[in-house]
Amino acid sequence: MKAKIIITPKKAVLDPQGKTVQNALAHMGYAEVGAVHVGKYLEIELTGTDRELARKQVDEACHKILSNPVIEDYRFEIEG
Amino acid sequence: MKFAVLQFPGSNCDQDCVHVLRNVMGHSARLLWHKDTSVGDSDAAIVPGGFSYGDYLRTGAIARFSPVMQAVQAFAAQGGLVLGICNGFQILCEAGLLPGALIRNRSLQFRCEQVHLQTATTDSAFTNRVPAGKLLRVPIAHGEGCYFADPETLAGMRSRGQVLWRYVDAQGAATEAANPNGSVDNIAGVCNEGRNVAGLMPHPERASEDVLGCSDGRLIFESIIHSLQQRRSAVAA
Repeated sequence: MKAKIIITPKKAVLDPQGKTVQNALAHMGYAEVGAVHVGKYLEIELTGTDRELARKQVDEACHKILSNPVIEDYRFEIEG
Repeated sequence: MKFAVLQFPGSNCDQDCVHVLRNVMGHSARLLWHKDTSVGDSDAAIVPGGFSYGDYLRTGAIARFSPVMQAVQAFAAQGGLVLGICNGFQILCEAGLLPGALIRNRSLQFRCEQVHLQTATTDSAFTNRVPAGKLLRVPIAHGEGCYFADPETLAGMRSRGQVLWRYVDAQGAATEAANPNGSVDNIAGVCNEGRNVAGLMPHPERASEDVLGCSDGRLIFESIIHSLQQRRSAVAA
């Protein structure tokens, strides 16, 4: 199985990277670009077979270390 | 007094802290490797600046789970004094020992310059020797020092006097221009509710000797030493 995790800055948190990318896109002529948010993408290969257990453990790891709940949101899916 | 200075792979201000504590302040200081599991008989712990574990994932995110940080958590829970400087501040926030988080500077620039700090309260183990109204001139050197806490957390911190230092201009005004990283409310350093754990982005250990151009940073180390001496005489009495 494989966990695919997406971590994004919370809406209330400043995202200077997103803002800078947004400005760059606008300068390049992409007129219809709105707010940009820059986050992280992680893939974790899982050796177990119990899908529910994997889900529970990935959720716990996201909360404890992979994201910082003060400034980030996360979502993930388990594949395979 | 006995200080423990933590050392992670990627720490780079650890020796500066040891130098100031030993040679400038005249106290004992030893390095604790990230794999150490106890702070021993230390009176206070310093979490120094640098790029612990390469700042992988997030600043401080990996360091916070290191064996030595478990020892620091236990030390702090018993009331031990802990000061985090720069990356150390980031680690203490990640560990939940301090509220909030440090994110990328709003300018996206790594800022390396002198700043002025206003001490918001002298009612702490980290600020008690700062004369009323004195601005501290100390350097910063960071790319991720923008302090963030949600409005509810901030309101609680303000009412409890947990904001210890703010970035100000040379006249003492907390202006937008004096804020080097976009920190909310110009916050440069905070303490926990128990007032025994504090962190700040500026580097007092780089401004503790006149030969370096400024020794205002000494006042923070003097405050900690003064608090420890008071604690010791309270126990003896």
